[in-house]
Amino acid sequence: MKCPRIIRPIVAVVIVIVIAGGRSVPAQSAPAGGTAPAAASPADMVQLREEVATLRQLVEQLRRQVEDLNSARAGAPPVAAAAGARPGAAAAGAPVGAAAAGAPVGAAATAGAGTTPGPRQDTAGPSDLEKQLAAELGVAPSAPSAPSSGSGEGASANASAAAPAWSPAQPIQIAGGGGKNFLNLSLTALAAGGFSSTPDVTGLESGGHDPNQRGFTVQNVETVFDGAVDPYFKGQVNMVLQLDQAGETTVELEEAFLTSSSLPHNLQVKGGTFFTEFGRLNQQHPHSWDFVDQPLVNGRFLGPDGLRGPGARVSWLMPTPFYSELFFTMQNSQGETAASFRDVPGDVVLGRTLQERPVRTVSDLLYSPRWVASFDLSDTQTLLAGISAAFGPNAAGQDTRSRVEGVDLYWKWKPVNSMAGFPFVKWQTEAMSRHYEADAFPLDANGDGTTEGALPAGAYRDWGGYTQVSWGFRRGWVAGLRWDWLSAERGPAADQVGEPHRWRLSPNLTWFPTEFSKLRLQYNRDELGEPGRGGSADSLWMQVEFILGAHGAHKF
Amino acid sequence: MRSNIGKTALFLAAAVAMSSATAAWAAPLTVVATTPELGAVAGAVGGPETKITVLAKPTEDPHFVDARPSHIVTLNHADALIEGGAELEVGWLPPLVDGARNPKILPGAPGRIIASEGIQLLDVPASVDRSQGEIHAAGNPHFMMDPANARIVAAHVADAFCRIDASGCPRYRENAQKFQASLDGRMKGWSATLAPFAGRAIVTYHATWRYFCQRFGLSCGIYLEPKPGIPPSPPHLAEVIRKMTDGGIKIILVEPYQPRRVAETVAEHTGAVLVSVAQFPGGLPGTEGDYLTLMDTNVKAIAAALAGSK
Repeated sequence: MKCPRIIRPIVAVVIVIVIAGGRSVPAQSAPAGGTAPAAASPADMVQLREEVATLRQLVEQLRRQVEDLNSARAGAPPVAAAAGARPGAAAAGAPVGAAAAGAPVGAAATAGAGTTPGPRQDTAGPSDLEKQLAAELGVAPSAPSAPSSGSGEGASANASAAAPAWSPAQPIQIAGGGGKNFLNLSLTALAAGGFSSTPDVTGLESGGHDPNQRGFTVQNVETVFDGAVDPYFKGQVNMVLQLDQAGETTVELEEAFLTSSSLPHNLQVKGGTFFTEFGRLNQQHPHSWDFVDQPLVNGRFLGPDGLRGPGARVSWLMPTPFYSELFFTMQNSQGETAASFRDVPGDVVLGRTLQERPVRTVSDLLYSPRWVASFDLSDTQTLLAGISAAFGPNAAGQDTRSRVEGVDLYWKWKPVNSMAGFPFVKWQTEAMSRHYEADAFPLDANGDGTTEGALPAGAYRDWGGYTQVSWGFRRGWVAGLRWDWLSAERGPAADQVGEPHRWRLSPNLTWFPTEFSKLRLQYNRDELGEPGRGGSADSLWMQVEFILGAHGAHKF
Repeated sequence: MRSNIGKTALFLAAAVAMSSATAAWAAPLTVVATTPELGAVAGAVGGPETKITVLAKPTEDPHFVDARPSHIVTLNHADALIEGGAELEVGWLPPLVDGARNPKILPGAPGRIIASEGIQLLDVPASVDRSQGEIHAAGNPHFMMDPANARIVAAHVADAFCRIDASGCPRYRENAQKFQASLDGRMKGWSATLAPFAGRAIVTYHATWRYFCQRFGLSCGIYLEPKPGIPPSPPHLAEVIRKMTDGGIKIILVEPYQPRRVAETVAEHTGAVLVSVAQFPGGLPGTEGDYLTLMDTNVKAIAAALAGSK
């Protein structure tokens, strides 16, 4: 209680001492042995004046702090402006308005300054003012923003001044900010709810993280651990939890890999289990997608969970003036994450039961080369173009192979003046084709246990792609449109068709309250099968996402 | 398919051997700075022989810079990287450095220069919690707005350049001293210009000007955004307007990337004046690449507005 009162005399004493000390400096700094002038030189006077001015500022700051402390103890909110603040002006705007009638003569023009100089008379109460502001700014009057903490100064001053007393309800900080942690830990949760005109939502959606039922789907709860392992490597582990259609939890180790920090010749090596660098979307995690669900072509060609697996990848940053990188990946070729390759034995693909096919030689692994280049078209536009391929064995025969090829293009525009990354326009397109060799297979057409014929050997071909546009038209708001298309999977004989032709159109709207949360509404129009045959479906999905923990940085 | 693999491997090996010839042997220093004010100070210290590239544009929000792949190439060729170090660039710099695979700029390497080392940061939060908005755990990262900090950074950058390039060391130290001397000279003028307005309050959009205000005795406690990184809302702006009219505050600072419309609306309700200022050299015309000219322009604009509004 006595502290504030003690400060003032202490400050006064300090000032006196310092000024006295300052006065004595010129005499002490006089050259030894030379003629010491008795009077201070003009330069010394200037220096003195500056010191006094600095002290004056210091005193002013201390005085303000003392006032804040006093008012805080008295229970009144701290005087935010605290610059000669007159306590509670009577009429909200009247005296100030009159004085400032001709005011706006400044360095910059104000809006509509030509027609209406001077302030409005805020004679109405705060709620009417808020409505007026809402109308002027084009937002909802009580926009669901974070409740204001009084003033920015209040927030920062309170945060730094009063450390809250510890309570058991406080979260324990394992991996904190401020750059002082060995491990970055973050958690992202993605869920969707909605309805579709077809009850078979898992048949309609091609991705393992897509909505899987009429109702609610927990698409993806992903924990990411990453950090520098040592001066030579960076490590990352992604573990994903999901709820399947029946509500059972599935846990998946999605990625766990090591990346070299610097190697000679601009090389980089990655080892572990990871998403293959194929195309653009395959390596991206669902929470960073621009749409609620995966494009159809990625689901069919690369698998519902993407093309990934244990292996190693080397990449080379090419010595070109523009960004150009070459990747070469070698991975396992089996499992549901190598869907177009050895896949899972026992699954039925193209009418054939997939066999057990062991790895006999090194060519029975999966190989994926990729090349990507980027061009800055202008100060505001960037273009990325890539070409990828994946080669490997498949289990529709003992010597049969598959290959998937793709091209991808990404264009982004962002103006020179941009706040929080808005506005922007992104356009992304990928096209893929697949060549799937299959052996002859005995056919039991009528299910009586005897084989009547055989499916002929040959190659099945299909192709497909997607193109999507996202327009961030306003801070926090993105409108998107995507068109997916997939050809039918045609086999060696004219009547042999594997997967059918289909397409989908998906407009959507996303709202990002901050970069750590989002709400998205998307409508899907699906057309399945040939025109006139097959069906169509309409679906509406609402997605929500939140991120906790370390601030993850996304690649371009 | 064995031949495919063999061919690809051969091609790779040949191409990689070619790239070993492109090691950076150039004598002049190649420096990359994340934001333009650091680039300006680095340019002043490095002199005309040093090649400085800046990643963020002066007119864009420095928290949300696109991690364009062309920056990876720039970083791959760099001898040094200067970053603020107060987590301003945490949303976009790490994947660029990872992709650049340049040992000279990895954390801890002599070429990785953290500008905030040796600077006393303001507003270090006692606890980090995103309900307080997008707070920076290390403190307010806009420390270059205080010219005294720029002085410290210049000396720090000269030390770092000396470690990387001993042959150019005398030149770097001399340039740093020249910069500091010019800064000191201008500082006297700036303090004198703003001294009559000591204690006056100004309104800003974001807490960018905390260090500036502290140095020159102004008061910047009122922000148009309710919390860091949260867009302004009518209830908060109504309160700001109330505080401005109660306190007779007539100045709102607006930077090039901030939405002017919000500031104009508040100005209409309070009779305040908008002042165009910039955090980065190049944000205002005529200030490209020069920290001192930028601060000069800022100080003059703010002083003129303060003089005109009372």
